[in-house]
Amino acid sequence: MTGCLIAVAVLVGSAAVALFAGRRSRASSAIAAIGCIVAAGFALPDAIVALAGAGPVEVAVTWAPPIETLRLGLDPLSAFFIVPLVLLGAVCGVYGAFYLDDQRERRWLAAPACFYNLLVASMLVVLISRDAIGFVIAWELMTLASYFLVVFDHEQLEVRRAGFVYLVASHVGVACVLSSFLLLGDNGFAFADMLAHPVAGSTAVAAAVLGLIGFGVKAGIVPLHVWLPEAHAAAPSHVSALMSGVMIKLGIYGILRTITLVGPALPWGPVFLGLGVVGALVGISLAIYQRDLKRALAYSSVENIGIILIGLGVGLWAAANGYPQIAALGLCGGLFHVWNHVIMKGLMFLGAGSLLHGAGTRDLEQMGGLIKPMPRTGALLFVGTLAISALPPLNGFASEWLIYLGLARGGTEGSPGAGLLLLFAVAAMATVGVLAVLCFVRIIGMALLGQPRSEASRDAHESGRGLVVPMLVLATAAIAMPFVLPLIVGSLDPVIAELTPTAVPQGAVTAALEPLAILGIVLWAGCIAVFLLVRRLARRRRAAETWGCGYVAPSSRMQYSGASFAEGIHRLLPTALRARIVAQQSTDLFPAPGQMSADRQDPFTRAAYEPMLDRGARRFGQLRWVQQGLLHLYILYVVLAVVVVITIVSIRDYWVLP
Amino acid sequence: MTILDVVEIVVKAIIILVFPPFLLGVIARTKAVFAGRVGPPLLQPYYDLIKLFAKDSVISRTTTWVFLAGPAVALVGAVVAATLVPVGNDRAIWAFQGDFIALAYVLGLSRYFTMAAALDTGSSFEGMGAAREATFACLAEPAFILGLLAIARATGSLSLSGFLGAPIAHVWSVAGASLVLVAGGLLLVLLAENSRIPVDDPNTHLELTMIHEVMVLDHGGPPFGVILYGAAIKLFVFVSLLVRIVLPFDHPAWLVWTTFFAGQIAIAVVIGVIESVMARLRMPYVPALLLSGCLFCALAIVLLVR
Repeated sequence: MTGCLIAVAVLVGSAAVALFAGRRSRASSAIAAIGCIVAAGFALPDAIVALAGAGPVEVAVTWAPPIETLRLGLDPLSAFFIVPLVLLGAVCGVYGAFYLDDQRERRWLAAPACFYNLLVASMLVVLISRDAIGFVIAWELMTLASYFLVVFDHEQLEVRRAGFVYLVASHVGVACVLSSFLLLGDNGFAFADMLAHPVAGSTAVAAAVLGLIGFGVKAGIVPLHVWLPEAHAAAPSHVSALMSGVMIKLGIYGILRTITLVGPALPWGPVFLGLGVVGALVGISLAIYQRDLKRALAYSSVENIGIILIGLGVGLWAAANGYPQIAALGLCGGLFHVWNHVIMKGLMFLGAGSLLHGAGTRDLEQMGGLIKPMPRTGALLFVGTLAISALPPLNGFASEWLIYLGLARGGTEGSPGAGLLLLFAVAAMATVGVLAVLCFVRIIGMALLGQPRSEASRDAHESGRGLVVPMLVLATAAIAMPFVLPLIVGSLDPVIAELTPTAVPQGAVTAALEPLAILGIVLWAGCIAVFLLVRRLARRRRAAETWGCGYVAPSSRMQYSGASFAEGIHRLLPTALRARIVAQQSTDLFPAPGQMSADRQDPFTRAAYEPMLDRGARRFGQLRWVQQGLLHLYILYVVLAVVVVITIVSIRDYWVLP
Repeated sequence: MTILDVVEIVVKAIIILVFPPFLLGVIARTKAVFAGRVGPPLLQPYYDLIKLFAKDSVISRTTTWVFLAGPAVALVGAVVAATLVPVGNDRAIWAFQGDFIALAYVLGLSRYFTMAAALDTGSSFEGMGAAREATFACLAEPAFILGLLAIARATGSLSLSGFLGAPIAHVWSVAGASLVLVAGGLLLVLLAENSRIPVDDPNTHLELTMIHEVMVLDHGGPPFGVILYGAAIKLFVFVSLLVRIVLPFDHPAWLVWTTFFAGQIAIAVVIGVIESVMARLRMPYVPALLLSGCLFCALAIVLLVR
């Protein structure tokens, strides 16, 4: 506990120092990065001790109203999320210091350095808060800090728009979270009070639904994911990595925390399974046709949140229906996928940042052949795509494997109805898996392989060590995780104990992970050996042009493009999920130039949110006179609101409640 | 593990490494007979491989290490997948819970690298092939998983070695209809995954109509030999699965082994017949075909679960 508190202090302190470290100096970035590393050094031992089985601890600080008592604590569920937070926070912090370095001459880099550390600090406080008030304040700080990081490139219109979408979505979310806590907090806002006086009936259901929506916005559960592709694409890459790696997982943390507070108010298993299957399928379907590399990665995060939910869902379903071994597989799979996704999505976003650095674009149709000028970034990204496509022998497969086994065993052992649905969930997972392979083969094919599609890509340069080493750390973790997981399964026991009262034996998980480790060794050894063999067999070689049916001057324009690669599968998607393509083709004898444009905006934004918000905006326009833009007027509004509330409460206390 | 087990594993490993190209020879011979030709010798694929391995290679200037990693990983994936499939009798070289899912993913790894190697050349033909391969895999994979899940549900086992022996023989007597559907669905998957007519034509000469062949246009000499060899082993994996589903004898040993090899050759003949009597489907119709494979297997599950 002490370590976590020191870590928060270090982060806030380094943020403050960074802010005043000089306008155009490297010092602020360096101070912030060092702050992140030191904080990780303090917080990590604490979290590991908590996961190793030390009981939950809690401290209370008394303060003035409205906070009164600030309760902070550490339990296994928090610790489980603190580990990836501080580690990825440190890795991305170091990366960020080097990533933004080339902007030193024209930008004030103290601000992003400061907000970055505040973001990590506020996430840490979210995780160690033990009452609703502190939690919501930290949650809001987290949103604001990340907002200021998202709009780093605020001179671009699309970035400002992305920031606005993010801010609005987050506040819809926080309103729901707040309402959920208000419903739960009848007897005090400390989590301990909520546990001691559990609500029941429709209140509990309402609180659960509001919590699910509020935290679901942050987690990017479909259809609440619309801010994610915008914000992740706009933010600087190390911030995207941290947001996609950890911040959206705090949505999952919030939902799990809600479960511990409201208990089985909702049938969590089936709800998670349904949301997970829909989220994974929709997320990956939208990812496959994006042009913007970082948008594609953001949609892949939506997919992975879906997979995490599938794992947790089958686990909670099995725990509630008396299948402890399946529960162990599902819950461990879901939880490990949280960690694995942190690693691989961090790696992918940092890799995307490195490509952006080297080639100056996020547009896949402008990249190509980047593995040649950027061999290290290319190889590390290759590892990342294999991991995130969930292919063995890397880490993404290890956690999906547990989820698969949980679903398949549930399907073969469960009752006819549940079994049927679970078997189809397996098929849905398999579909998501192959779609992910398509998505990421396309990304590497367009970005790294083939010939450069633009001048900028032709002149791309490899990133420096400051960018490559953080990626190397994550890639190593992605390679090592499948072999590490069987050893650390036990540390999930206390986390799972918080989520379900059923005793969940870990034997099935260890038994499932062991053959996977052997498979991993076989694949690594086999692939490396045969690769060297093939290279040796092909040593007598002649270099020539790529075969083009005899055409000897192939150009990069003749390559398959990202759009054409996705075309076949795009046509098989449901109409509602497709990009909107407008093509003008002349059919005259003497054709005029044709044109085509594709609108890859999020279909939910396009079809539902935008029309709805436009209508709302027209109605609310009539209330514009309320907004005068005068500060004292707003203070008056606040005072009036407080007076009205106090009046209502006094009247209620005096007359209604004798 | 007794000495006999070790011998069995060694024998199976030899079968996996040596037998598969023979299937290609049988298919070619069947097609030749249908066309009224004498056809190449049954061992022609072996001669082809030997010749390819002795050749020099021509490698595109656009390519990188990925180009040679493609064939290598494709071969390793196919071999590892083959070790998970019951070969000869009802036991694989190794087995574990859910090994059929691992098998699908190991083949997915192969496919990933094959497609990456194709894109590495920067050729539009090969990009097209990779896109088609990826797209059709999206429809073949669910069918494959659903088909094997149906059998898993019927037998209560999650391992290929667990359910492709005596248990599946029992299922034939109680839920034969489902297994017929599964076998049909998996046959479609086999044809699609191994780039056979009606999904793909391995002998076509026009790049625009190819799927798998067009992805390996630029590979020549030894790397191409590795690709052909890997493809043969992949075919062997699917044929073995189908044989064990359709002919699930589990004793006596001589019958099990004989039916295994007879079944292999029979299915190769069936593939040859299919290739002889029909043309490749137009590309837009392939998804419908594969989707019907999915639906066969889904229907099998519905029938089994009830």
